[in-house]
Amino acid sequence: MAPQGKTRNKTGARAKGKPKSKSKAGPKPGARTRKAGPDKKQLGLFGAEAGAATGTRAAARSGYTTPAARQAPAPAARARKETASARRAPRKTSRRRYGRPRSAAEQMARQQREISISEFFTKNRHLLGFDNPQKALLTTVKEAVDNSLDACEEAKILPDLEVTITPAGENRYRVKVVDNGPGIVHSQVKKIFGKLLYGSKFHRMKQSRGQQGIGISAAVMYSQLTTGKPVVIVSRTRADRPAHRLEVKIDTRRNSPEVFGDAEVEWPFAHETGTAVEMEIEGVYRAGKRSVDQYIEQSAIANPHARILYQGPRGEAREFPRLSPELPREAQEIKPHPHGVELGMLMTMLKESKSRNIKGALMRDFSRVSERVALAICQAAGLPDSAKPRRLKPEQVEALHRAMGQVKVMNPPSSCVVPIGEELLAASLEQGIEAEFFTSVTRPPAVYRGNPFQVEAALAWGGNLAADEPCTLYRFANRVPLQYQQSDCAITRAVLDLDWRHYRVSQARGALPSGPLVILVHLASVWVPFTSESKEAVARYPEILREIRLALQVCARRLSQFLGAKRRQAEQERKHSYIETYIPHIGIALREILGLREKEEKRLVEKLQDTLRRSRRLH
Amino acid sequence: MAGGKSRQTGRRRVISSRVARLIVEQARQIHKQVLAGRKPTLKFPVRSLANVSYRPRVGYFELKGRKKERTLMVSTVKTFAQTLRMMALSNELIAADDIATKREAYYVSKNWGPARFKEQPESDTVIDDIEALFQVNREQLGFIPEEKGGDVAGRLVVLDRDRDSGKTLRIDCTKFGSGAYSIPISVEDLGFETRAKFILAIETAGMFQRLVKHSFWKKADCILVSMGGVPTRACRRFIRRLADEKKIPVYVFVDCDPYGIGNIYRTLKVGSGNAAHINEFFCVPQARFLGITPDDIERYRLPTHPLKEVDIKRANDALKNDPFVLHHKAWQRAFTKLMAMGVRAEQQALAKWGLNYVIDTYLPEKLAHPEKFLP
Repeated sequence: MAPQGKTRNKTGARAKGKPKSKSKAGPKPGARTRKAGPDKKQLGLFGAEAGAATGTRAAARSGYTTPAARQAPAPAARARKETASARRAPRKTSRRRYGRPRSAAEQMARQQREISISEFFTKNRHLLGFDNPQKALLTTVKEAVDNSLDACEEAKILPDLEVTITPAGENRYRVKVVDNGPGIVHSQVKKIFGKLLYGSKFHRMKQSRGQQGIGISAAVMYSQLTTGKPVVIVSRTRADRPAHRLEVKIDTRRNSPEVFGDAEVEWPFAHETGTAVEMEIEGVYRAGKRSVDQYIEQSAIANPHARILYQGPRGEAREFPRLSPELPREAQEIKPHPHGVELGMLMTMLKESKSRNIKGALMRDFSRVSERVALAICQAAGLPDSAKPRRLKPEQVEALHRAMGQVKVMNPPSSCVVPIGEELLAASLEQGIEAEFFTSVTRPPAVYRGNPFQVEAALAWGGNLAADEPCTLYRFANRVPLQYQQSDCAITRAVLDLDWRHYRVSQARGALPSGPLVILVHLASVWVPFTSESKEAVARYPEILREIRLALQVCARRLSQFLGAKRRQAEQERKHSYIETYIPHIGIALREILGLREKEEKRLVEKLQDTLRRSRRLH
Repeated sequence: MAGGKSRQTGRRRVISSRVARLIVEQARQIHKQVLAGRKPTLKFPVRSLANVSYRPRVGYFELKGRKKERTLMVSTVKTFAQTLRMMALSNELIAADDIATKREAYYVSKNWGPARFKEQPESDTVIDDIEALFQVNREQLGFIPEEKGGDVAGRLVVLDRDRDSGKTLRIDCTKFGSGAYSIPISVEDLGFETRAKFILAIETAGMFQRLVKHSFWKKADCILVSMGGVPTRACRRFIRRLADEKKIPVYVFVDCDPYGIGNIYRTLKVGSGNAAHINEFFCVPQARFLGITPDDIERYRLPTHPLKEVDIKRANDALKNDPFVLHHKAWQRAFTKLMAMGVRAEQQALAKWGLNYVIDTYLPEKLAHPEKFLP
């Protein structure tokens, strides 16, 4: 967690420092300045941020800020900036007034400066899941709930969540999420909630809901931008310590927290430790598909070890009880796998490596690299294994990166992915949905691009589910329900690609199967390849598609068997009732011809019915 | 006459009680099977041309004897129940010495609740099934068809009886003027008196009318029968009994097309493929084909029409599948020739040479050489 913060701070510092050094170097030809610009250090920095797309984009853009981008910051901040540059400018211009005119580079330099995080957020809110008020409400709840569940699990506490949404004026809602997690250390509270890209999860290879340290602070940012109100956090880390109540805002210009109120307060909850987050946002509540209600329902299915109390904006309270008294196995943190590392990431890792040679660096910083494998990589890259990792030239790093992709390496350990579990998943689905038939399967772990992942699928059929509509598809990634961008998701693709008619389920061409059916797919991975930062759809890696397909096939096969048996039984019953319609007429006819007595006729009919019912083959 | 009457009614009783016995026997068997805990079965002969053979020695289509067993199952339970109820109805009709038309039987079934028939063809099929099951004809079961039997004129006295008084009625077929005697639906009890030389069975009512109007029967000393298309069972039975009892030949005068030959004449002579179980009674093996033959078209230079598609199909089918045609080389030649000519000619085509050309020239010329008639 710390490294990221530090790196960002350094970047900030350097970026701030730059104009100064540039202004000193002012008289020098612009061409040289530029050449000196992308030095090795800077390259490293770029590399470090390659993984975090937003960061990269921000950094990449800062060099070529468009005029439009400048209009975004708050007028006050803009005014301050302008006066600051104005103060410096007169001296230089006065000196230059009678000299040569300003070069293009110098003119451009006047426009080059850091982008404020709020500007970036406002422009890119759709990337983070805040494109419209309805989605914003969902995303806010989701980020808070994800954080709470992650925290509880990491602290080995069975999660007990309370989610409350209260209307606060027209198109405004107060979202409150209370957990019984470990609480947050006082000094960290403001950074976690008041600083974007601050978190514990980005820099490690470990399965968790959050990945990037953007989520909750983005929600805070959104709340602040739409209502101007701070986020309120109440947290306690130990029963014998006081609880703290903080009101935090983000200084959007500097991406740093601003604390308004900080007080010790009475701990109002039953559990010993925990965190309560409350913020007011502009939002729209709609029931039904993609609503907060459904998000909570689905979260409860994917987290059978959690108990969730939910109070919606219409005052309806629902309790999702804990189904399993056991926490999921703790996910192992792993080092990156040679097949899954990106070039920029590799550069940073080499730079920061504590080993003296690349052989050691490979063995130490990557998973599944033995000495033999490390030597093979060095050989394939044409590098001596004694080369110093920090001294590699960019083209050498590239060669190394290529070599790492080519050499055969054992798959990463799969202990790092934690599925919900076959039985638990079915049981959980059964509790969440009223249906007739349930089945589930957990596939063995697999690997895409060096990242281990595991797929689970479950089906529910019949009961109260609507019969003539397309099925309902529940998508989960690391136990988080995915509700938007269904059509872009690998899970949807895999469901569409399966021929459900093979399994007695009707399906129109190119559509989801239809019937009283719920399909659930869960993808657990150290790094879930989302198509965007708002984490709404899983990218379509062939390995992932294949695993989902296999899981669905197993479930569909069982469903088909169930449906077949059911159909046979219905057929049997239909035949019996059909037979029983006509048998009395055989009795009547025989009575008329043979002059049977009523008793004899009755006996005959009964006997015949009995014979037919007992006969196995009716047709 | 009194003796004749008692003989007739006696025979009827014997037949009736024989059918009734068969019905009761079958019902008893089913009853036994059910009580023994077995699924009851009925054995039907397969009714299709494939299960039919032409026996030239006796002269009619006969069942080959393939039987199909109908066991009481889901798919058969409804027909099974209907068949038994229909048998019960038949049993009742026989006991009451009553009859029901097929249509009436269909309406009786409307009392049977879910076992009732939706359309008459369904009940007709069940009746046919029962006929086949007991190898009897539907008249013996008490069911009669709606269709008209056919018309008779000429040197014949039909002996029927008055139902009320039981007296014998003598019906002189020469005394209908320009009209004709109608063949009743049941002909089993009729008696005949005749000295006619032959019976002439005619396809169309039009031609029959012409021959009656000009008293052809007087000239030729014969009995004229109008079949009106494919002869009904009653018509076939009537001609058969008349020809058998009075030992007179039967000549057939129809259109020259695959329908006239393959359907009308073939059915009259050897019976139908569908009801092969009763052909023994409903065929006229002694019938001979007078005309119009394909050769006649040439000889009398008759006006023709091109063969229709159904004609060609029917002819091909006859050449390939009809056991009767397959047995007679002469008929194969006739069909092949007709196909090669690609035309057909109607009886009325003779009118080209004058309205009464048929009476004055054609028929006398043909009748002069009965040995040349096609088999």
